Amino acid sequence: MAAMATMVAAGCGGVWCRARQRCARWPGPGSRPFLRAQRAVVCNARGGAVSAGKSGLAPWIPVVGLEIHAQISSNSKLFSGSRVQFAAPPNSLVSFFDASLPGTLPVLNRRCVEAAVMTALALNCRINKKSLFDRKHYFYADLPAGYQITQQRVPIAVNGSLSYSLCIDNKMSQMVTKTVRIKQIQLEQDSGKSLHDDTRSQTFVDLNRAGVGLMELVMEPDMCCGEEAAAAVRELQLILQTLGSSQAVMAEGQLRVDANVSVHHPGEPYGVRTEVKNINSIRFLAKAVDYEIQRQIQELGNGGTILNETRAFDSKLGCTVPMRDKEGKQDYRFMPEPNLPPLILYDAKSLPANMNHQQVINIDWIHERLPDLPSVKREKLVEQYGILPEHSFTLLVWQQDQNCNSSQASEDGLAEFFESVVKQTQMKPKKVIGWILNDLLSYLKQHSLTVKESPVSSFLLADLLNLLEKKEISSTAAKRVLAELWKGEGKTPLETVKEHKLELLQDQKELEQICQAVIDGQENEVMAIKAGNRKVLNKLIGLVQKKTQGRSNPVLMNFSVPLCSIVLVGYTSSILKSQPSLDASAKGR
Amino acid sequence: MRVLSLGRWLRAGLVPPRGPASRHSGDRHSGHRPQAPPQGPAQVLLQKVSVEVLEHLEQLALVDFRDSEGVERLQKAIQFADQLHEVNTDGVEPMDSVLEDRCLYLREDDVTEGNCTKELLENARETVEEYFVAPPGNIPLVKLEEQKTYLQGSK
Repeated sequence: MAAMATMVAAGCGGVWCRARQRCARWPGPGSRPFLRAQRAVVCNARGGAVSAGKSGLAPWIPVVGLEIHAQISSNSKLFSGSRVQFAAPPNSLVSFFDASLPGTLPVLNRRCVEAAVMTALALNCRINKKSLFDRKHYFYADLPAGYQITQQRVPIAVNGSLSYSLCIDNKMSQMVTKTVRIKQIQLEQDSGKSLHDDTRSQTFVDLNRAGVGLMELVMEPDMCCGEEAAAAVRELQLILQTLGSSQAVMAEGQLRVDANVSVHHPGEPYGVRTEVKNINSIRFLAKAVDYEIQRQIQELGNGGTILNETRAFDSKLGCTVPMRDKEGKQDYRFMPEPNLPPLILYDAKSLPANMNHQQVINIDWIHERLPDLPSVKREKLVEQYGILPEHSFTLLVWQQDQNCNSSQASEDGLAEFFESVVKQTQMKPKKVIGWILNDLLSYLKQHSLTVKESPVSSFLLADLLNLLEKKEISSTAAKRVLAELWKGEGKTPLETVKEHKLELLQDQKELEQICQAVIDGQENEVMAIKAGNRKVLNKLIGLVQKKTQGRSNPVLMNFSVPLCSIVLVGYTSSILKSQPSLDASAKGR
Repeated sequence: MRVLSLGRWLRAGLVPPRGPASRHSGDRHSGHRPQAPPQGPAQVLLQKVSVEVLEHLEQLALVDFRDSEGVERLQKAIQFADQLHEVNTDGVEPMDSVLEDRCLYLREDDVTEGNCTKELLENARETVEEYFVAPPGNIPLVKLEEQKTYLQGSK
């Protein structure tokens, strides 16, 4: 059917089918609760299998697993005392150990362990009270020792979960919560950086990054498309930033994501997977995953096979290409790190009595001091202020993937800004949120500013909203005032209002006079209204507004001219109904 | 897959195995020597190292076996290490470090090192503007069979 074959262009969505003779059956793997068997299922947000339906095409189930490396936010490196800093002169932040000079030994950084424990607790992992370090061997110029110290046998934490939300149908109004299992979290070293000079056939190596602490988060392949992967990584980013264990800025390499992608038919075993690397932003992650899924389906549909290989995502072309230098399966020859004893963590029960405080990491102590996670913060905002869930998402969401050059979240502090305004104004939070998300946010985005850089402080905005709430200005006037305030000239809202003469006319008489003048000048319209055509009132109201230069509030107009011979009714019919006396035909004209 | 028999290379004939024949009991970790099938009766316990394994080892460890003598040394080393299998380790946790009972020292997160660019670069043969210079990526090794030294040894 044409319907089945069309690609549904909704975000990442697509209908992937392969022509076959038999009808599709729908057992589906048990862990996919969102299957809807009867119609075209778009992969995003609705679950695993991608449809077949009436035309008898067999469905493909894409399987996506992520491996995420998050750079730990610390002053010094994982096993040495050199500084952790982005963009420093090459090889200036390198100690003898980082350069792998003989005679040096690793010394574990306490802060890195705490960061890993915090992250593990936030992701509901089981923390291994005894974890071990191993060496992973491979040769590359940016790995001076020839091995990387990691935790392969017994990592610091296992078996966690990450919950994230997804919008259905690209609308913010319907959100569904999904979970991806975390297989393990381990501490490991970062490698240095290689800059390839292909023209002169050489590589420049900068070891500033070598030895920086990383948390590797291995996720189970519970996701099925690029959108899910992107949403999961966004939520993880937020969590890491909230905890402070990592800044998680993808553009600075503090968060690196590799995707493992495969496809298979329902009921059959998992297909061969490929690993996709070189993904530099969350948007590219979604694109890379979707491209790879499509490529595999096409390849298999044409009778080809998928190689278990590593592919790089080319962001300019929007496709994945095989990577050189990683052909064939690597044999890392894991061996225990002989220079490091096991890492022992304690909790309140097992706390040793006589040990130096500084040498002891107490999991329970850390647990008590965990900040509110984003999901909890969002719930609190919704409960406390009565705003919609999707608004709470926008208040907290991270904007990194919008090619932002600034390393600060533009929404960081938006929630705090909102709460601050709410405290200082009489306007209801439900109305305030509109001003924050529609007006303030659009200004911030337009000028690429963070909340902290906003020329309109929460105090000023609250002041302005108070004027609006007290009906001293109309909402159109308020928007004008905001535009003026944005110039950052230091004037208060009241001063701006006075300067531009934006106050609402409060003088009943003046208003009556103007209304009367308009009525006098529009005989035809008056006749029409008397005859029952209420819509013409809008024209008259418009004329009054023009005369008052926008300083009249239509509703106010209504109430301020009850005795005017012609009814100047507000826009809504409810006002019409609530003023029966105004229904009467002209009196005293 | 060519399997190299050591017979021709060893000057003194067969090397007798050390230790009892019960080495080949079923619960050995056969993963350590993927290419050696269980030998059966005691005497012929020569390890047969295939060319593939040799190539793989050379690539992983960047060791050059060079000629028959090198390979022979490898075979003997494997045999020597095989003696470990004589010990019954059922129910015993492997020890990977003599430090296993020590406390892992935790360092405070202070910056105490770095800023020695000049010293570090002194060791490098080639540097450009404070970067180390390396060849582009990993250069693939010449296949073992094509190496001249290897071919000489196998006559």
